[in-house]
Amino acid sequence: MSLPDPVAEGVASGWRVLDGAAQTQDLQLSCDVLIIGTGAGGGMTAEVLAEAGLDVLMVEEGALRTSRDFRLLEAKAYPELYQESASRKTADKAINILQGRTVGGSTTVNWTSAFRTPAETLNWWGERYGLKSLNPQTMAPWFDLAEARLGIADWQTDPNPNNSVLERGCQALGLKHGRIRRNVRGCWNLGYCGMGCATNAKQSMLVTTIPGALQHKAGLLTRARVERLLPAADGKSLQGAEGCLLAADGHSLNGQQFSIKARHVVLAAGAIGSPAILLRSQLGGAQVGKRTFLHPVVVSGAVMPQRIEAYNGAPQTVYSDHFMHTQPLDGPLGYKLEVPPVHPLLMGVTLSGFGAGSAGLMQQLPHLQVVLALLRDGFHPDSQGGQVRLRQDGSPELDYPLNDVLWDGVRRSWLTMAELQFAAGARQVQVLHEQADLQSSWKAARAQIMQLPLKPLLARVVSAHVMGGAAMSSQPEEGVVDEYGRHWQLRNLSVIDGSVFPTSIGANPQLSIYGFALRAAHHLRDALNS
Amino acid sequence: MITRRQLIKTGMAGSVVLLAAGFLASPQPDLPAASQGHLVFLQTGDAQIIRSLAPVMLGMAGLALEDIVRGVDVAIANLLPAVQQELRQLFDLLGNRWGRRWLAGVHSPWAQAAAHDLAAFLQRWQQSPLLLLRSGYQALHALINAAWFGNPASWTALGYQQPQQIMGLLP
Repeated sequence: MSLPDPVAEGVASGWRVLDGAAQTQDLQLSCDVLIIGTGAGGGMTAEVLAEAGLDVLMVEEGALRTSRDFRLLEAKAYPELYQESASRKTADKAINILQGRTVGGSTTVNWTSAFRTPAETLNWWGERYGLKSLNPQTMAPWFDLAEARLGIADWQTDPNPNNSVLERGCQALGLKHGRIRRNVRGCWNLGYCGMGCATNAKQSMLVTTIPGALQHKAGLLTRARVERLLPAADGKSLQGAEGCLLAADGHSLNGQQFSIKARHVVLAAGAIGSPAILLRSQLGGAQVGKRTFLHPVVVSGAVMPQRIEAYNGAPQTVYSDHFMHTQPLDGPLGYKLEVPPVHPLLMGVTLSGFGAGSAGLMQQLPHLQVVLALLRDGFHPDSQGGQVRLRQDGSPELDYPLNDVLWDGVRRSWLTMAELQFAAGARQVQVLHEQADLQSSWKAARAQIMQLPLKPLLARVVSAHVMGGAAMSSQPEEGVVDEYGRHWQLRNLSVIDGSVFPTSIGANPQLSIYGFALRAAHHLRDALNS
Repeated sequence: MITRRQLIKTGMAGSVVLLAAGFLASPQPDLPAASQGHLVFLQTGDAQIIRSLAPVMLGMAGLALEDIVRGVDVAIANLLPAVQQELRQLFDLLGNRWGRRWLAGVHSPWAQAAAHDLAAFLQRWQQSPLLLLRSGYQALHALINAAWFGNPASWTALGYQQPQQIMGLLP
C-alpha cells in the first residue's frame, strides 16, 4: 500500500501548472486576476474567483511540493518548504521566524491550530482604527464558511502528553484553558504537521482551495519571484507584474524572466513578502512595511519523570488565554500559552547553551516537555512592532527591536511557564536563555528568572506569526488598504493576506486570514463580475 | 535593560569589528583558501573550524565530523546570498590568524586548539556584550546543531525515531 497524492495526480491529469525552473524562455502571460502568493490569503482568493469563472493565475516563489515529498524529515523539509530554510531572522538576528515558502505557503507547514479572531481584537480595531464593520457578528459568517471549507472542528482525540502537561499545569494553578480546534480530516495523529502532511489530512491550501481553483481552470506558476508591480500610465492602476524565474534549487535564478498582464492584481505574499513587493515597486507610501507584528514567542523546557515524546501526536491541542485577560488590552502585554512539537533538529537549534549541558538535555529528548508563550504585540502604545525594509539586493528584512514593554512580557511569561511546569510534575525546568540552566524547584527557577538579563541573543525569541505591514484603515492616510484589502491609491490592486491586520491577532492567525480573505475575495468577485 | 541607543552603539562597535576583520582577513589567511571539491560554500579552512568546534559545541565525542561539515555546507548553500555573505565574513574572520587570536581568543591554529580553549571562545562570544559576537556564536550554534540533529545518525542516542506506522508507506 502507498499513500495517495491527489495533488500530484491532478497535475498529471492536466492542471495548468508551470514550473518556473523548467522554462527555457521568458514567459509572457495574461489573466483576469493575478494572485501573488499561494498561502492562506492567496489560496482562499484563488478558489472564490476561479469558481466565479474568472481567469485566475497564481504565482508562487516556492516550489510545488506535494504529499509524496513529505518524508517526516526536518533536514529535507526546512530548506524545501520554509523561507530561508526556517532560519529567517529579524535584522539584529534576535528573533527566528518560521514562515512557509512553498505552494500553500505557511498553511502547508503550520501546526493546524484554528482560532477565530478574538472578539476583543476586532472590537479594538473598530474603536481604535475606525474599522467598525469588522466586528464579531459581521465576521462570524466568514469564519463559518472557512471552517466548513477546511474541516475545522473540535479535536476528538486525547491531547498528547506534551499538551496534557499544559492542561494539568493550568488545572493545578487554576488558569483558564481550553482545547484547540484543528483544520484536519482523517488525521493520523502523527505530529509532523511542520514538515508537510504526508497523509493529506491537514486541510491546507495545498490540498483544498488550490486544487479547487486549478479544477476551475486557474493557472499556477511556481518558482517565480515577483520583482515588481507594473504601474499603468495613469499612475492610478496596475498593468500587472514582472519578475524572475528560479532554478531547480529554489533560490538561484534560472536566467528567464516573466511578465504577466492582469485586470486585477492580488498581493498575497505574506506580511514580509507583500510589503517588500510594494517597496521594490516604489509604491511604498508612508505606511508600507510599518507596524509588522510577530507574536514574539519565548520558551520553557521541562524534564518530566515520564516519557512525553513531544514529537508524537497532534502538536497543538491545548491552550490557555488566561494571561490575555489579566490586564487591559493595551496594558502590559498579554500572552497565550501553547506547546510546540519537539523534533531533534529544531530543538537542537533552539535550546540555549552548548557542550555537556545541552547534550545532556538532548539525550533526554523523550522526556522533554516544552511550553511556549506568544506575546500579543501591537496594542500597547510602546509596542509598535517592526518595519520591513529592503536590503541592497532587494531582498526583504524585518527590523524588529525588542524593547522594555516586550521584555517585561518575556519575564512574566517565563515565570508563568516555569511555575506551571513544576505544578504539572516537572523534575527540572529551564527557560531558554543563554544564562539559564536546569532548576530543580519553582523557587530556584523563579530566583534565576528574576536575575536573567533581558538582551537580544541571550533570551531565545522565535516567531511563526508574521502580521501587519500593509494595514487596513478607515482613512487613506492611516493605512495601505481599506477593510476589503483594496489599495487606497491603485484601483485594481488588493492586498489579501496577514499583512492587512492593524495589530497582531492575539491568536494563531490562519483562521483570521481565511475569514478576511473570503470576505475580501467575495467582494472582489462581485466587483469584477458586475 | 538594553536601550535603543545602546543597541545602536553595540551595532556600530560590531561593524567596526567586522571592518577590521575584513581588513585583517584579506592579506594573511591562516589556512589555504582552496575550495574542497565536494563542498559548495565552505572552504578548507572553514571546514576545519567546524570540525574543531563541533565536538565542543555538541558536547560529544566520536561524532561523524565529515557529515557535520557537509550538513553545515548544505545548510548555508540554502540561505539567502545576503546571509551567505555575512557567514563568509564570519569564517574569514575566524580563519585569519589575527582574527582567531585576538577576536576569538584561540591561540593555536584551529586543528590544534585544545577543547578548553575552544569552549572558552564559544562562551566569550555567547555572553559577549557585543551583539555582533553573540550573533556569530548563534550562527555557529545553529549551523552545527542543525547539521548534527538533522542527521538520522544522531537519533539513536536521543531515543528518537520517526513513527513506524507510516514510514513503510512513504515512497
